[in-house]
Amino acid sequence: MAKITFITSDQETITIEASGGSIMELAVNNNIKGINGDCGGVCSCATCHVHLQPDQYKKLDPASELEQDMLEFEEATTPYSRLGCQIPISDQLDGFVFQIPQT
Amino acid sequence: MTKDVAEFSDPFAQARIGTEQKFVDDQGENITLVLGHRDVRKCAHDHRRFQSGAEPGRIVIPSEENIRDLRQIPFEVDPPMHKDYRNLLEDWFRRPQQKAYQNKINELLRSSLANALASEQVELVHDFSLPLQSRALTFLLNLPMSEAETWISWGTHVFRSDDNPLDDDKANHLVEYLQAQIEKYEASPGKDIYSVLLSLDFQGRKLTHEEIQGIMMLTFAGGRDTVVNALTNSLAYLAAHPEAITRLRSKPDMINSAVEELVRYFAPLTQMGRVATEDTEVCGHAVAQNARISLCWASANRDENVFEDPHEVKLDRKVNPHLSFGFGVHKCLGAHHARAILRGMLHVLPQMVEQIEIIDYEEKIEPWKGFERKVGYEKMTVRFHPKS
Repeated sequence: MAKITFITSDQETITIEASGGSIMELAVNNNIKGINGDCGGVCSCATCHVHLQPDQYKKLDPASELEQDMLEFEEATTPYSRLGCQIPISDQLDGFVFQIPQT
Repeated sequence: MTKDVAEFSDPFAQARIGTEQKFVDDQGENITLVLGHRDVRKCAHDHRRFQSGAEPGRIVIPSEENIRDLRQIPFEVDPPMHKDYRNLLEDWFRRPQQKAYQNKINELLRSSLANALASEQVELVHDFSLPLQSRALTFLLNLPMSEAETWISWGTHVFRSDDNPLDDDKANHLVEYLQAQIEKYEASPGKDIYSVLLSLDFQGRKLTHEEIQGIMMLTFAGGRDTVVNALTNSLAYLAAHPEAITRLRSKPDMINSAVEELVRYFAPLTQMGRVATEDTEVCGHAVAQNARISLCWASANRDENVFEDPHEVKLDRKVNPHLSFGFGVHKCLGAHHARAILRGMLHVLPQMVEQIEIIDYEEKIEPWKGFERKVGYEKMTVRFHPKS
């Protein structure tokens, strides 16, 4: 189990426990505002864009080239941007915080 | 029947790896093709240099400038105004992501397939996919199902007749229809899209009838032949690959990736134009102010730098950044509805159908000189065999 926190663009904080799936699926299943996951998780729509905290960003496996490609022309990216559909949930993510960018 | 029937070749493969400037000829005007995945995304993103808000109809390929004056909204509007329109519509067009909406789509699919199974044979394009597309649209617009009969009578494209690719009579008829609908619901408001659009606040005022016509024309035109092709092509694929029906039945988790892969492979909309706002360049080639470029989604979807085995359909493709619904701020507003229909089809069909037998078909080829592209079928007659 990992406790995962989302902070929406209007600064609402929601913490959820999860053990599987992806960050996008967790957000969609819990109606987290600003995460739509339109394409269902195949890295095609970029509607699951999240910002990580720098230290937590570095703990993840790096984004694939394709994921980086899809983020390249997204609005409101930071050096710590990821697509939630490409982040699998594991115990390693306990305490992680995902901020949803203003769109 | 061989598997070739469901094969869609990539006419842009050679041009994409070449360095020459390539064009499509649209009614005597050369349009520079943008073919690589990154180049297409880059140009789609750069709405300042490559605009959508030119003369109405100009970004469509073939151009509709000579057959309509009405601006389609938000499609033919640039930022920042674009965003205000888009925000107005976003929630309504996201309703297909609700479970109840998907259930209604699935119910419609079940009854359509039950009818098809009861028939000796079915012509898919006009007698299955088009009625299905039109009836499903009543859910998106929240209108009575009976209204679909009018739309079905318009044929597969709202501007294009069988004998005339750009039919101004047809475009004028659509505007008259829309105006009549707006007046009808203005007099007697309900919970339908016209009533909602009439009631919305936009920048401190109500939308004009012309703006509502523009939004509705986009809704009718954008999701018509594209959805009809996506449906028919998917059925052709399942006919040529009966093992895929079995696989989807036993692994419904695969439905989502299968839909995205079929949509990548077929690219129901080959391309969309943009108009250069200044003398500029694309991929090292000059593009003059007011000239057009083509964002070629179909080509980007086969870019071998991005997709492994791009010409193969892999229903379980995990990472699939296809551009079939466009890219950037103008990405398809109807994509949620289209996905609901296609996901529903891959969910419902394997429960009811064992095999689809193709009896006869004729391919639909877009006649771009040097880049003739199969985009679907003019007609396809099949027999559905029930699951035992």
